Parts: sequence; structure tokens; C-alpha cells
Amino acid sequence: MMRGYLRSDGRKGIRNLIAVAYLVECAHHVARRIAEADPERAHVIGFPGCFPNPYAQKMMERLCTHPNVGAVVLVSLGCESFDRAALERVVRASDRPLRVVVIQGEGGTRSSIAAGRAFVEEQGPLLEAAETVPMAVSDLVVGTVCGGSDGTSGITGNPAAGIAFDRLVAEGAACIFEETGELIGCEGIMEARAATPALGTEIRASVEKAARYYAALGYGSFAAGNADGGLTTIEEKSLGAYMKSGQSRISGLIKPGDIPPKGGLYLMDVVPDGEVRFGFPNISDNAEIVEMMASGALCTLFVTGRGSVVGSALAPVVKIAANPVMYARMEEDMDVNAGRILTGGATLAEVGEEIYRTVIGLAEGRRTKSEELGHQEFILTYKSFEPIGPACLPV
Amino acid sequence: MPPSDNTDPRLLLLSPGDSVLVLRERIEAGETVMVEGLAVTVPEALALGHKIARVDLAEGEQVLKYGAPIGRASRAIAKGDHVHTHNLRSDYTPTHQRGGALAGEVA
Repeated sequence: MMRGYLRSDGRKGIRNLIAVAYLVECAHHVARRIAEADPERAHVIGFPGCFPNPYAQKMMERLCTHPNVGAVVLVSLGCESFDRAALERVVRASDRPLRVVVIQGEGGTRSSIAAGRAFVEEQGPLLEAAETVPMAVSDLVVGTVCGGSDGTSGITGNPAAGIAFDRLVAEGAACIFEETGELIGCEGIMEARAATPALGTEIRASVEKAARYYAALGYGSFAAGNADGGLTTIEEKSLGAYMKSGQSRISGLIKPGDIPPKGGLYLMDVVPDGEVRFGFPNISDNAEIVEMMASGALCTLFVTGRGSVVGSALAPVVKIAANPVMYARMEEDMDVNAGRILTGGATLAEVGEEIYRTVIGLAEGRRTKSEELGHQEFILTYKSFEPIGPACLPV
Repeated sequence: MPPSDNTDPRLLLLSPGDSVLVLRERIEAGETVMVEGLAVTVPEALALGHKIARVDLAEGEQVLKYGAPIGRASRAIAKGDHVHTHNLRSDYTPTHQRGGALAGEVA
């Protein structure tokens, strides 16, 4: 039986965590020490920069009010540019217990850590004892990402994740796939899958924007390890990554922090708008996971061929091994062995079903390997976006 | 799906019109494998997930996998050749490899 934590905005979480959020790198150490008071429940997130950035502000507002978050500690140095007051207002309006620790006001490192820890220790038992409510598949928001891809990813793990997505979407969940820079070459097929022709045009434009952006940077979204694993070109990697999206109609195109208005399959446009600024769109896999969480993803399916070990702060990450040789070596980090499709141990449909069941299990109290191992990676950097156009979310 | 009876079962055809087969297992240097009726001796070990040409490809010709283009032959490719960064290039952005890394050398 799936159960979740009902939040004031009507969304339901599958975890009841404390977000300990630093608002500039200068407050990171204090935040980390505060979270150590309850390492399972208190997760550190934050924004390192001291220059203001509307994207980062929106991301932090969304993350501090994520359905898996039941209480919030904001850790500020005091002189940073981050709009702490605006973030405080958003968290208070969500009815979450909040403690704001301003290091320059509390009296320094020791007193700030003590103040934050007192709140974490007081909240822990309350969050543990909080009431849960029944949850349906239609309450789920699930993201998918692939990282450390190789020549097996697009044959096993990604299409199996796509099968799980198809079933989740058919049962009313909102599913998000992303990285338009890793869908270069797939714009035509995706355009044809859009719910409306106008949405199809927007999808094509988002991939063309990604191709331009990466061309200006001089690198595709393609790491040396991808080539070691048998992938040769960005369009080959893209076709493999595209398989994660399954066969459903594409209901909308969203940007990081936009929350899907209803169930369906959504493409997330993660490449900044305007001229190239602030460097690479997503500097590593966790940046993508963070953006899907900001759009409400309660958990993320992570398909890996080379063998990524990351999890995430705030939302469980289900690790799907695409490569059977890697699985044999790294089983301790992998939740699902999709490599069995290559060795004849299972069909795509069977692995797709296993992934679906694993997602449901997360709302039934089961934990992922990366949660058990204590992985709580988090990264947030500068970006800039224009709001999505009206054709991106057809009614 | 196995491509046909006269092809090594370790080679996978993803879509009927494809120009490449994908390795579902590692193939060691010096092994002879059947590629659609042609016996090919593999000069260097090829790891799981790498590609072998199913047909002769001229320089500039599109290479198909999953039934879709994944770039063009940067030089002539013979049936049975390893297809990778040395003979296939992107139509979008060039592929970057760390210094000295050779395609296929990592298991």
C-alpha cells in the first residue's frame, strides 16, 4: 500500500526530510555540521554563489517546498546577495516548520551549528511520527536521467525505463525526461509525438537551441567514458537516451522548476535561454536530478552503463545497471540489473515491470541502494531562462 | 534479435536497415567472428557495446543504428570493421576524447 505525506499545496511526498539549505558557499560548512545531527533525515542543499540569480532563487524555493521536505533550516552567512527574505516567505506560506540561522547574527560558527542542530533534533521525532495518507500512482512525479552511458544503455536500461514510464503515465503519473542536449538528432521523432503541432514546434526548437548552445561551447554533452563504452557520436548517445521516454504522447515541455499540471509525459528543456552565459548547462548528472526535483520529481530513475554511484539529497534515486559486466562488479550500488536483457536472463518487459515495482516500493517504505549508502549529492549553479510559451502546456 | 543464421550470436542487430551490429559481449583480439556470412578476424579486443560494420560504407555515407543516423563515415569502412571515433563522425558536434584514450581499450 503506497502512503505519502500530504502537504499544504495538495502534493504528497514519499519521504519526510529536513532540508538544510545554505544560501552561499560561506555557510556550507555550518549547514553540513547542522545536518550531521540527523544524517538520515537532514539533507544538505544549497546555492554557492554570492551573485543574485533568479533561476537559483526559483530552484531553492521549489526545493525547500518539495513534497519530500517536512521542515527547513536556512543557513545564511548574512551578507550574501541571495534573497533570503523571499525564500523565507515561500517556506512559511507552505506551513513547514522553519528555522533561519544567520551566522553573523547568531554569533559565529559554533553558536550557529548549535542553533540549527537544536531545531533538527526537535523536528526529527515529529517528522518521524507524522501521519501518512494513502497514495495513488497518479500522485507520483518521476524523473529519469542517464549518466555514465555506454553502448548498452540504449539497448537495455533506457528502453526498460521507457516501459516503466509508459505504465506510470498510463496510470496517471507525471513523468519527466530531459537533457535536450542529449536528444540532439531526436527532434524530428519527438516533434511527431507531441500532443499538439504547436507543442511539437516548441520541442524541435528546444533541441535546436541545445545544439546551438553546445556548438558555441565547443563540446557536446558527451564524456570520454561514453566513447570508451562504445558510443561514438552525440546523436548515437541521444538515440539511446531518447529510449528512456517510452512511447507515450508528449504532454508538455517544461523548464526547471515548472511543475507538471497533471499526469503525462513531459520533456524538460534544461538548456538556458539567450546568449551563452555561465558555462555548461548541466555540469554533471546531479544538476539534472536537482532540476527534476525542483519540478516535483519524488524520485529519479538513473540508468548507467559505465557505473555511476550517485544518489541525491531529498529524493531517492533508483539505479538501473545497463551493462551486465558492470553490474557484476558494482552490484552494491545498483537497484536493478537491466544487463540481464543482454545475457538472456530477462526480457525488456520484465525489467520494465521490475523498475515500475521498484518505484511503487519507494512509496511503500522501501529504500534504494544509494539511500542506504548515504548518497546525498546536490549541485546547483548559475543559469538563466525565459518562461515557457503558451504552446508548451496545451490543455 | 540475432541478425541472421550466419552471424555470430554475440552481435546484435537493432533495426533491419542498420549499418552496424552491436556487441552483446566482449570479443578478444584474434578471434574470428561471422558477420552476415563473412569471416572477420578482430585485430584488437572490442568491449561490450561497441559496433562492427554490417556493410561496406563509403566515406561520407550515413551510418544507421536504431534505424536512425548516428553520423557519417569519416573514411571508407569495410564490412566487419570496428566502427568508432576513428572512422565515424557526428553531423552535430565533434566527439571529444581524453588524451591518448583509444576506442575499445577499456573493458
